[in-house]
Amino acid sequence: MSLSKDEVKELKAKARVIRKEIINIAFTAGGGHVGGSLSQTDILVCLYYKYMNIDPKKPDWDQRDRFILSKGHGGLGWAAVLGDKGYFDKTLLKNFNKTGSPFGMHLDMLKVPGCDASTGSLGHGIAIAMGLAKAAKLKGEDWRTYCMVGDGELCEGSNWEAASIASHHKLDNLTGFVDRNRLMIDGFTEEISPVEPLEDRFQSFGWNTLRINGHDLEEISNAIEKARSIKGKPTMIICDTIKGKGVKLFENQPKWHYGGLDSDIRDQSIKSIDSNDNN
Amino acid sequence: MSEGMTWSVTDGDKLTQAEIYGEVLSQLGDKYPELIAMTADLASSTKIGRFEKKHPDRFINVGIAENSMFGMAAGLALAGYKPVVSTFAVFASLRSAEQVRTDICYENLNVKIISTHAGLSFGQAGSTHHCTEDIAVMRSFANMTVIVPADGIETGNAVTAAMEWDGPVYIRIGRGFEPHVHETQDYGFEIGKAVTMKDGADITLICCGVGVLQAMRAAKTLEGQGLSVRVLNLHTIKPIDKEAILKAVTETRRIVTIEEHNIMGGMGSAVADVIVESGKACAFKKLGVPDAFSIVGYPEDLYHLYKFDADGIVEAVSGLMKMEIEEDEDWEDEV
Repeated sequence: MSLSKDEVKELKAKARVIRKEIINIAFTAGGGHVGGSLSQTDILVCLYYKYMNIDPKKPDWDQRDRFILSKGHGGLGWAAVLGDKGYFDKTLLKNFNKTGSPFGMHLDMLKVPGCDASTGSLGHGIAIAMGLAKAAKLKGEDWRTYCMVGDGELCEGSNWEAASIASHHKLDNLTGFVDRNRLMIDGFTEEISPVEPLEDRFQSFGWNTLRINGHDLEEISNAIEKARSIKGKPTMIICDTIKGKGVKLFENQPKWHYGGLDSDIRDQSIKSIDSNDNN
Repeated sequence: MSEGMTWSVTDGDKLTQAEIYGEVLSQLGDKYPELIAMTADLASSTKIGRFEKKHPDRFINVGIAENSMFGMAAGLALAGYKPVVSTFAVFASLRSAEQVRTDICYENLNVKIISTHAGLSFGQAGSTHHCTEDIAVMRSFANMTVIVPADGIETGNAVTAAMEWDGPVYIRIGRGFEPHVHETQDYGFEIGKAVTMKDGADITLICCGVGVLQAMRAAKTLEGQGLSVRVLNLHTIKPIDKEAILKAVTETRRIVTIEEHNIMGGMGSAVADVIVESGKACAFKKLGVPDAFSIVGYPEDLYHLYKFDADGIVEAVSGLMKMEIEEDEDWEDEV
């Protein structure tokens, strides 16, 4: 079932709320990974508000769908979603990055309810996710595992080990997303160490692939549904995104991978998000 | 050994260290439906393949991909399984150190690592396959428990105990051909509690792994020379048995540590930490591999070369016995 027009409208509104929360947290935290947090937002919103079978009141429910943020530096944006879903009191996010806070740049599963694995070291997520997906298969349970990787992260060879093993085990209960925003810290991926052709690469490792606009909620929704219907292999949804999406000042700017916001930039960013008709 | 911790190998005296653990693991598979055995193309080398024959549905061979194996083990543990992961020590502790640290120890997950071919046990394979750094690496990971069994029987006990232990455990064994030290499994194995193999009053040999057999042989020679030698099998490096170490310091005043590991950062260093922090002085010598890459050779030849075989221990003890130490029982003036 595709999204209804009302659902698209609601999810777009929710994405704006999350983007503004990202800006507010980054401001009070003294800085944050705003670029990648903004590029991943529409995918996370579609997953968390439409598809994932979860109960924020029971974060340890054993039948829940799992989400592994392999690009753990997107923790700022993920925390904004988890807080909004009610996994914890979101006023706690005012302490993001502060000494002793449960929230650092990379979320800790032992401290943040709803965080299914502590990530941040790149190239680890697909392997953890496939362990979860294999566990569901062994137990005969039907919960699903979702994993988001960054595009620059795909330089890490460990991803390809895991990709190979996951398809060998026919983990069709595993859906991956590449947040293809084309930037890594030092510049554009294709100039530093190319990751394309991503469809060919994942297909040759035995995965089903889909390529979509990662900011189009209908395309994201259709891809998630398509992935769920594919049997016998995992699916990687390559999501073309814009780093810093929603804040004109940040969009496609390498320097906004991580940055500190003063009150002027914060206000300007919030305004930019509110005025963006597409999201 | 705690009640209920049982395994049985009727022909244990004929089986190698690795075969015993392979057999014990397959028996544990009956008791623990959550046990999943994993390896990276070393099922036959590590003897974890015995588990595969009995429990093929709970055996995962990922191919030559250790990093993903440890990540996958983390995922399985997150969903309630208890993976027992086996590969060579050099890969478990060095190639996959980050996955073990970040994906397993940080989350305090129930992943049990059985690393084989540790130390110099794969002597002929050369330095690429020797592993004299793993104790140092693994004991520096918070939440990790580190066990170095003396022989196949102790390995059986350690693997069995690890299944009831909360959190990650690193069990370090050799290639599997090492001779036995224990005659029976019922000597009271407990994680974190050293085993007094032999009591004595003049000097204590604190040892682990193959060092235990060498220490027992040395003790026999030294007893012939009129010395009373205590042999303390410190099979658990972390959490360390401070009580047994300090008792040995107080009662024998002379300590030699013996391990198949770089003398920097291993069991000897862990023992030294305990002694120094106690403020109790003693004559002390660490035996093991010097801070150098070990050469190609048969393990026994290398133990001899690096002077932690029985001959080397006897020599070190002789040196240490010549050192003068205060004989009074009053520690207050030394603290």
